[in-house]
Amino acid sequence: MIVAERKPIEEIRQLTAGHGKLLVLGCGTCVTVCLAGGEREVAVLAAALRLCGSVKTTESTIERQCDAEFFDKVRKEVASCDAILSLACGVGVQMAASLFPDKPVYPALNTKFMGTNDGAGEWSENCLACGDCKLGIYGGICPVTRCSKSLSNGPCGGSADGKCEVDPEKIECGWQLIHDRLKALGKLNTLSEIAPPRDWSKTHSGGPRKLSREDVAGL
Amino acid sequence: MSEIVYKVGSELEKAFASGRFVVTAELGPPKSADMDLIRKKAGQLKGWVEAVNVTDNQTAIVRVSSIAVARLILDMGLEPIIQMTCRDRNRLAMQADILGAYLLGIRNLVCLTGDHMCFGNHPSARYVFDLDSVQLIQMVRNMRDKKIFASGDEIKNSKKAEAKEPRMFIGGAANPFADPFDFRAVRLEKKINAGVDFIQTQCIYDMDRFGKWMEQVRNRGLHEKCRILAGVTPLKSVGMTIHMRDNVAGIIVPDYYVDRMTRAKDPKQEGVTIAVEQIQKLREIPGVAGVHLMAIEWEEKVSEIVEKAGLKKTA
Repeated sequence: MIVAERKPIEEIRQLTAGHGKLLVLGCGTCVTVCLAGGEREVAVLAAALRLCGSVKTTESTIERQCDAEFFDKVRKEVASCDAILSLACGVGVQMAASLFPDKPVYPALNTKFMGTNDGAGEWSENCLACGDCKLGIYGGICPVTRCSKSLSNGPCGGSADGKCEVDPEKIECGWQLIHDRLKALGKLNTLSEIAPPRDWSKTHSGGPRKLSREDVAGL
Repeated sequence: MSEIVYKVGSELEKAFASGRFVVTAELGPPKSADMDLIRKKAGQLKGWVEAVNVTDNQTAIVRVSSIAVARLILDMGLEPIIQMTCRDRNRLAMQADILGAYLLGIRNLVCLTGDHMCFGNHPSARYVFDLDSVQLIQMVRNMRDKKIFASGDEIKNSKKAEAKEPRMFIGGAANPFADPFDFRAVRLEKKINAGVDFIQTQCIYDMDRFGKWMEQVRNRGLHEKCRILAGVTPLKSVGMTIHMRDNVAGIIVPDYYVDRMTRAKDPKQEGVTIAVEQIQKLREIPGVAGVHLMAIEWEEKVSEIVEKAGLKKTA
């Protein structure tokens, strides 16, 4: 899922200053699951904003802010507010902005990463959407994401006791994980091959990416 | 007697080929446009070592460019080795700088991954790591031996022009003290397959572990495929010794050295003595072709260490 975190209330206040009536708009998918932008968080944030200022708020949460169709439900609320405060990820915020050209839209969250839920209140980044998945070679552990330097031929000299020198308290060395997993699978010899330079043009380095599929067009 | 065919013909390559125990040293460029300091450090090393390795924004702190300093010390009569990290440049910038460095007379290049920005003075910088060190080595080798760029294009100014390739004697790094230990020799072998001619190791304090690593290296015959320079960093103070033991990932400092430095009446002199002892032990290890002295902001001590270790150049 996409993992996000709410911005500090002071930053949100500054962003929305000057607007008397805000639509505080949640998203029912990823950010609901990661407890950053669902119905409950919308209620908490709206209450906090009302408490610390003269702002009026309307609260609503739609199923997904990354799909235009779900916004139909809130068109009235949008029309009657001065600005939208979106608790979606960056994708949802941009969708709202594109659908309502005359309405200011502000992000209430910082979108962090695509990752896993590791337990109560813990999430980890696991995919950078590089567009050229090599997990099959690396035993199901991504070196682009899990190595702090995205090395294809790791580990570097900063790997000690399974930890990454960038933050030994929190970050495991992705290459230690790859090594251990391939060893357990009896495939360690695959790491003796030199991995060639990556084609970064398949990432955002090639410009904002688009996907067109003729097989589903017009469905 | 047949003549030796050199890949590049740099003074460093010739020193290795001569079979003598090679000593190189590191020169950290200043953090300001301080020509006097470069001159001073170069003067402290001149005549004492075969080649001087100029670091590239070491520990992710901005310093004078390694290529610029290398050219300056070349003009002072030293043999420069430039370091190049993957952290700050993509493949375009790297190849442009390699072409430029070659034209400036630089013939030795050490290819490194580079320390993460979080350790330096610009932690908010964007990382590059377009290539990793293994891929960088391979690119430099292909530029030299196949006369091609990373893209596969020939190194020519036009279709009809002659290929004019940069010829570098290629170095890399190896860290026997990082994990996973049993993969360290394998990674060195990858670097050799990529085209490395010599490697320098991380600072060695744990001689047992280094010995075990060298055994793996010899078992794979790697010491016959590339020259191995053992890294030595003289300890300057008790504080530095403890810092290296506790805070630097990928360096192992046994308590023995902390005790020695703590007990010493003159810790600086003790640091020099320890370095000399280490060099003597390293010389005994089969497969070690020389030492690389990384006297961090202590270049002035290199001559004393070299002299006491009995490695002063006689030529």
